[in-house]
Amino acid sequence: MKALGARSAFYVGFLVGTCSLYLFLSQVGLSRNLGSHGPEPHAKTVEEMIEEESKNWKKERSALFNLNHPHHTGEDGILADDLYKRVRVLCWVMTGPSNLEKKARHVKATWSRHCNIVVFVSSVDDPDFPTVGLNTKEGRDQLYWKTIRAFHYVMEKHGDEADWFLKADDDTYVIVDNLRWILANHSPEDPIYFGRRFKPYVKQGYMSGGAGYVLSREALRRFVEGFSKKVCTHTSSVEDLAMGQCMEKVGVLAGDSRDTIQRETFHPFVPDSHLAGTFPKTFWYWNYCYYPIVQGPQCCSDLAVSFHYVDASKMYLLEYYTYHLRAFGYEYRYQPPEPHIPQDKAPVPDNMEVGDLGQNQAVEKKEEENKSPEQNEKL
Amino acid sequence: MMSEGCSFMKGMFLGGIFCLVMSLFGTFSPGPQGDGHLHHHLKPVSKDELQKLSEAQMYDLTQQVRVYCVIMVTPKLLVYWATANDTWSKHCDKSVFYTSESSKALEALDLQEDDEWARLRKAITHAYENAGDLRWFFVARPTTFAIIENLKYLVLEKDPSQPFYIGRTEKSGELEYVEYDGGIVLSYEAMKRLVEIFKDEEKCPARGHALWKMSEEKQLATCLKYSGVFAENGEDAQGKSLFNKKSVTSMISDSMGKNPNDVVESCCSDLAITFGGMPAGQMQVMMYGVYRLRPYGHDFHDSLTFLPPKDSDND
Repeated sequence: MKALGARSAFYVGFLVGTCSLYLFLSQVGLSRNLGSHGPEPHAKTVEEMIEEESKNWKKERSALFNLNHPHHTGEDGILADDLYKRVRVLCWVMTGPSNLEKKARHVKATWSRHCNIVVFVSSVDDPDFPTVGLNTKEGRDQLYWKTIRAFHYVMEKHGDEADWFLKADDDTYVIVDNLRWILANHSPEDPIYFGRRFKPYVKQGYMSGGAGYVLSREALRRFVEGFSKKVCTHTSSVEDLAMGQCMEKVGVLAGDSRDTIQRETFHPFVPDSHLAGTFPKTFWYWNYCYYPIVQGPQCCSDLAVSFHYVDASKMYLLEYYTYHLRAFGYEYRYQPPEPHIPQDKAPVPDNMEVGDLGQNQAVEKKEEENKSPEQNEKL
Repeated sequence: MMSEGCSFMKGMFLGGIFCLVMSLFGTFSPGPQGDGHLHHHLKPVSKDELQKLSEAQMYDLTQQVRVYCVIMVTPKLLVYWATANDTWSKHCDKSVFYTSESSKALEALDLQEDDEWARLRKAITHAYENAGDLRWFFVARPTTFAIIENLKYLVLEKDPSQPFYIGRTEKSGELEYVEYDGGIVLSYEAMKRLVEIFKDEEKCPARGHALWKMSEEKQLATCLKYSGVFAENGEDAQGKSLFNKKSVTSMISDSMGKNPNDVVESCCSDLAITFGGMPAGQMQVMMYGVYRLRPYGHDFHDSLTFLPPKDSDND
């Protein structure tokens, strides 16, 4: 009797064990799929990020000095590295305290890493981000004040440390490598500035604020001098127009930033808008562009420099498209020529290495080239 | 009483062990694994291997790997159809649009068939019979964007006379299938076996199972499984999936949530092949982003060259 009871207890137990473990396993998900979608990418912790940041940036005087501009695995960045040394760009980004987390943070994580120096300009000093507070308030009517003060600030603090000075908004995406390609054809001693050229109100045109614009060192010098001599003043809060009027007054040329087949590089909107080709006929844009507007694929150069109204996720998307995603082995239709470096009257920057190939080329070319700045206007 | 309790416990313990053992056996399920590739992950040939090849060999490979795109459209998807026609499909060596009913706006092969599975069968059969000397087939809906050059790189040195069924794999019970929205890659041999097994009404019924309707992607996987062809997940050298059923914006969004300190690196592969569910405007931007937009001075020196298609201005 007892033996029978024990045996059936055993069988019942066996059944119970099998079933319960089966249920347990199927809950846990004996999924063979665990391996098939690749390893979970290791999420970077904040500590790792801070450590990496300190290797890549030197925070000094409220600016970020780029120690180690990004290189992509498997790429040959020789040309880009050469331009990085030769064409030093200081990027200052117009932002505000309420936009640091929403917008400026993403600029910091993406395109600004390719500038030689980055300064985030705000109304408030923030040593952590870092941002520079320039004694202004926030708001659209403060835009030109911020701009004036920002350019004065970078001239004073960093005038010797860069050749070109770019202004961008915190919703502008800039491809600094392509900016260098354009600027390399010009000397920082030329009084010239580049951006998306608009035609109304100013005879030589002026540059769209949102699409970003870049001043040569000489242009910046003249801008600051213009204010000290009262040739330029705070005429209006329409920052880009007022800027353009001052530039014309102090003899700084409005340059042509288009590529070698006349396609625009600085863009006042997101790529979707330019590529889709659907601006309504009554849109202001049609009357503003200095050069003929092209809609559809030829709107934009392969070597685009900027886009505007770019929100956070689009910043990462553009970074992915520009620096990461590609078609393997694809032979691009547009083969941009190497920039031809003009004779440079300025002293060689400290950070250029001895025996630098480019420097030798510049020395050789000194004898041949003696072009005036005006002739250098177009690429 | 005690001994009964003991026996019960012993029984439970042994039952648990038994269950574990059975499920382990279940994992290593036997059966034809399809002529030699037992792995479920498929990667492209490594850069080092490529560099070992001579220029002539490289050229031959580039010429041999040619893709026939089977694009399944319906008039409802007209905008996507037009966009696919205008963008990525131009990079296929041959692309044919197969539709459920004809549209005056665009050209396509009218299969005159409402049932999606039946349409897919017809399209596959037609593609196989009209392959010419093309040996790789890519099946997708026009809501998927594909970078064909990256597909070619993935299958570059693989032998199309072997059965290959590649894409973004997913599991449903015991069945491992390739997700339709991420695009489906089939080798010539896989197509051949499919066309053959289409004739078997039991294993691969034309109107699907009467009891429950499986999605076409699962029906396809089932038929292929009966022919000894198994799904493989396409990934890059780092193990990132090359085929994506989500759109790129959706994936970036996810990455911003999961990896806010490293959004782009953790998101998507540099050599991604597909993104699914892309609105038409985004496809135009992707064309620009993939085939044109780049930073000056950064070169990859890929050992192969794929030329741009004729008569196109958005790439």
